[in-house]
Amino acid sequence: MTEAVATVAVAPPTTRKDWSSDQEVRWCPGCGDYSILAAVQTLMPDLGVARERTVFVSGIGCAARFPYYMDSYGMHSIHGRAPAIATGLAMAREDLDVWVVTGDGDALSIGGNHLIHALRRNVNLTILLFNNQIYGLTKGQYSPTSELGKVTKSTPFGSLDQPFNPVSLALGAEATFVARTHDMDRQHMMETFRRAHAHRGAAFVEVYQNCNVFNDGAFAGITAKANREHMLISLAHGEPICFGPDGEKGVVLDGQGRARIVDVAEVGIGNIVVHDETRAEPGLAFMLSRLSTGPSEPTPIGVFRAVSRPDYGTETTRQLVAAQGNRPADLTDLLRSRPTWTV
Amino acid sequence: MADTTAQQTHDPVELDRVIIRFAGDSGDGMQLTGDRFTSASALFGNDLVTLPEFPAEIRAPAGTLAGVSAFQVHISDHEITTPGDAPNVLVAMNPAALRAELHRLETGGTLVVNTDAFDDRNLTKAGYRSNPVTDGSLDRYTVYEVPMTTLTKKAVTDLGVKPRDAERSKNFFALGLVSWMYTRPEAPTVAWIESKFANRPLVRDANLAAFKAGHAFGETAELFDHPYEVKPAVLPAGTYTNITGNTALAWGLVAAGQLSGLPIFLGSYPITPASDILHELSRHKGFGIRTLQAEDEIAGIGAALGAAFGGHLGVTTTSGPGVALKSETMGLAVSLELPLIIIDVQRGGPSTGLPTKTEASDLLQAMYGRHGESPIPIVAASSPAHCFEVAIEAARIALTYRTPVMLLSDGYLANGSEPWRLPDVADLPDISVDFATEANHADVDGNPEFWPYLRDPDTLARPWAVPGTPGLEHRIGGLEKEDGSGNISYDPANHERMVQVRADKVAGIADSIPLLGVDGDPDDAELLVLGWGSTWGAIDGAVDRCRARGHKVARAHLTHLNPFPRNLGDVLRRYPRVLIPEMNLGQLVKLVRAEYLVDARSVTKVRGVPFTSGELEAAMLKELGDQ
Repeated sequence: MTEAVATVAVAPPTTRKDWSSDQEVRWCPGCGDYSILAAVQTLMPDLGVARERTVFVSGIGCAARFPYYMDSYGMHSIHGRAPAIATGLAMAREDLDVWVVTGDGDALSIGGNHLIHALRRNVNLTILLFNNQIYGLTKGQYSPTSELGKVTKSTPFGSLDQPFNPVSLALGAEATFVARTHDMDRQHMMETFRRAHAHRGAAFVEVYQNCNVFNDGAFAGITAKANREHMLISLAHGEPICFGPDGEKGVVLDGQGRARIVDVAEVGIGNIVVHDETRAEPGLAFMLSRLSTGPSEPTPIGVFRAVSRPDYGTETTRQLVAAQGNRPADLTDLLRSRPTWTV
Repeated sequence: MADTTAQQTHDPVELDRVIIRFAGDSGDGMQLTGDRFTSASALFGNDLVTLPEFPAEIRAPAGTLAGVSAFQVHISDHEITTPGDAPNVLVAMNPAALRAELHRLETGGTLVVNTDAFDDRNLTKAGYRSNPVTDGSLDRYTVYEVPMTTLTKKAVTDLGVKPRDAERSKNFFALGLVSWMYTRPEAPTVAWIESKFANRPLVRDANLAAFKAGHAFGETAELFDHPYEVKPAVLPAGTYTNITGNTALAWGLVAAGQLSGLPIFLGSYPITPASDILHELSRHKGFGIRTLQAEDEIAGIGAALGAAFGGHLGVTTTSGPGVALKSETMGLAVSLELPLIIIDVQRGGPSTGLPTKTEASDLLQAMYGRHGESPIPIVAASSPAHCFEVAIEAARIALTYRTPVMLLSDGYLANGSEPWRLPDVADLPDISVDFATEANHADVDGNPEFWPYLRDPDTLARPWAVPGTPGLEHRIGGLEKEDGSGNISYDPANHERMVQVRADKVAGIADSIPLLGVDGDPDDAELLVLGWGSTWGAIDGAVDRCRARGHKVARAHLTHLNPFPRNLGDVLRRYPRVLIPEMNLGQLVKLVRAEYLVDARSVTKVRGVPFTSGELEAAMLKELGDQ
C-alpha cells in the first residue's frame, strides 16, 4: 500500500446540494448555526475544491455537529481536541483542505491549549470559531467569552471571569490570519471564509453567532440590520478605517498610541488610520481588536491580519524530503547502524 | 610457588561471568562509563544485560545520597537473562556512592574506591562519621584504594587542561582501570572517544589520556594480582548489536512502517522514561517518519489519531501519567475504530511517582482505564530486544483490526540493554492492509453508497477509507453509531449490539496470535510460573535454579495480555500450582483468577528495581514447600 497522497486533479464543478449530507440538521430552530452552515455550503462550489479532499473536524458542542451536515470527510471528535487532531491530519496529508469548526467553550476553555499551539505552529487549517458567548449544549452556563457579571445557571450572582477576546487571543498566539464575521450577513461570512480558505497556514475566523435559546440577541446591538452601519467597523485593506452611514466616524491613533474612534470631520480623513492587514508587526491589528470591549460598542469585522509565514506541513515535508535525499532510507542499514559483531 | 615474572603475574584468570556496578555522583558520568564498558564487552562477544539506575533530578546536590547514579552490567561467556543479583565488583567514585550501593555488593566482593573523594566534607555529606576505607568497616571486601582524581589530573596536566576540567575526565580513568581488570579491548573505547569529542580536541585528548592512564595504572601499580577475563559467549550464529528497549521499540516502529507500507506518524510529549523513543524516531525522517512534539499528552495522541484518519500509522509514546491524560482520546479511537499504537513505558506510580524507577503497574490501567465498555488489545515486551518484534506485532493488530493497541514496556527495558541478533529484513512479516476504494452497500434505490461500519466478517474490522478517496466521503465521531451505516444512533438495542461487537472484535484477535508455549517439564511440573513483561529474565534464571535443585517447574510468558492466548486456561489448569511474579501488587493475577477461576498465587515487588533471580527462586521454593 502506498502513501495516501495522490496528485490533486482539478475538481469537477459541484453545487450547494452536493455539499449537503443526508443527515437531518438538528440545531434549535432559529439558531445562528443554520446561516453559517448555509454560507459554507454555498461557498464550497465557488472554491472549486473536491468533496473527497475536504475534511471538517470538530470537537464537542452545538457547533461541533457541523461535520455531520457536510457531505465531505469529517470527524466529530472530543471536547476541545479538534485543533490537535486536525494538526495530525494536516501534517500527514498536505493534499487535504482541513477545516476546524469549534465554539467558544470548545476552543477557548477546554481546548485553549490546542488552539494557541495550532496557531503559533501555523498548521494549514481553516478554523471557524462560532462564538455565542454561552454554553448551549449543556444548557446555559457562562462561557469564556461571556461578559463580566453575566447571570447564568452556574453564575446566579453574576460571572466573575474576565472574558477572552478571541481575536486578541489569536493575534497574541502568533496567528498569521485573523478575521471576524457574523451570522447575520451571509455575503460577509462567505467573503471572510473565502479569504481564510485561501490563506496558507492557520486561518482563524471568529463568527459572532446567536444562540436564540440561551443567549438570544447577544450581538443584536451591533449585527441587527438597523444597527450595523453605526456599530460595525468593516475593515478593508488599504482603506481608511471609517464607518457610519456616511463614513463620518473613523479610527485614529492618539498621542498615547491608542486606537480611538473620532469624527472624521474633526481630524480630517488624512489622519484616519489606513488598514494594513499585511503588517508584520501585529500591534495595529491588536489595537483594532481592543477598540470594542463587547458587542455593545462599535466593533471591527473583516480581516485583521493576513501575513505570510511558512506553514507547518510544508516545513515538515521539506525536512522529510531533505532527509530522504536521492533514495529512501533502508531498514537493513538502520539495523546495522550501531556497532555490530558476528558470531 | 612465587610469581617470578611480571608477565606471569598478569596472566588473566578466566571467569564465566561477572557483575560490575559503577556508582558515583550524577555529574560523574557513571551512565556513560557503564555504557562504554558495555559496548566494549558487546563487541568482544560477551552475552550481557544492563541495569542503569539514576535519580529523577538532573543534578541533585553534589556528594549527597540523593545524587547517586549507578550502572550495573552483567557480562558472561554463556547466555544470561538478567543484570545479575549481587554485583561482584562495585566502583564507588565518592562516599555517597559507597554508602548507597555497598549493601548490594556480594560478601567478599571487590570494591574500587576513588580515595580522593573521601574527604571530611564528602564523608559528612554521605552521613559517615569516620572514613569507611580506613576504619575497618570494609574488611569483608577486597578493597582497592585508587586516588583517581589525582592520577587523572596528573595524566592530563601536560595537555593544558584546567585543573577543574581535568577532574571531569576521572570517569574515563575508572573505565580504563576496570577495562584492564577485565581485559576489555581498548580499541572500541578509544575510537568512541575520538569520534564523540572530535569537535572538542582538548576534551578528547584529556579523556583519552585519562582512559589510558587508568589502564596503565592497573597494569603497573601492582595493586592487582592479575586481571580477569570473561570469554565471548557461545550464542546462535548471526550478526549482533547491543540495544536498549527504547531504541529497539523505535526501530520496531520504523520496521512496522516499512512492513505495512504506511508512513509513521508519532505524536508525543516528552516524559521519562519514554522520551528516547521520540528522540530516536525524530532522527529517521529518511523513512518518511513524521514526528510532532505536541503541546501536551492529549495533543500527542490526538495528532496521531488525526494522522490515522488520514491513512498513516499513528503512534503515541508516553508513560503512566501520560496514559491517564490520553485515555479520553483512546476511547475515541475505540469508537472510531482506527488503527493507533499507544506505547506506555511504565514507571513507578501513582502520580509523578518514581519517574526514573521501573514498575509494571499500568496493566489494569491499560485494560480498564477508560469510561464505558472500551476494550483495547494489549501487548507487552519481555526484554530490550523483544521490544522490536512487539512493536511490529502491535502494528499488525492495530492495522488488521482497526483498533487502538496498547504496548507496555517499562523503565528497566527502556534503558537496559542486551545483545540482539539482527533479524533478516526479508523474514519480517508483511503487515500491509488495504484501504477501502469503492462503495460497499446499496441504498433503497439500488445506488451504491459507502457504509463506514460495515465489517469484515472474519476480523470484524471496519473499512479504512481515507480522505482523498472519491465517493467514500463519510463522517465518524464519538457518538454511538448505527451498526453498518455509521450514522448517529441513540437506539438502545443498537448500542448494546455495538458494545458487543467491539468486544467481540478484540476477543477475536486471539485467532491470530500463537498459543502460549510452556517451557520445561511441561507434563509433570509441580509449579507453573506465569510471567509478563520485564520479569522474563529473572523468572528464567530462577526457574533454572529451582530445576538445578531437582524441582520440576514449568514456565510460560505472556506477550499478549488482551486478548489472552486461546489455550491460557488449559495451561493454567494443567499444573497443581501457579505463581505469577509481577512488578505491581498483583494485577495479572486478578485478571487470570477472574477469567479462569484458578487459584494463581502472586509474588510482587514495587521497589523501583527488577526482581532478582534470587528473590524469585526463594518465592518459587516457598511455593514448592522447599525452604
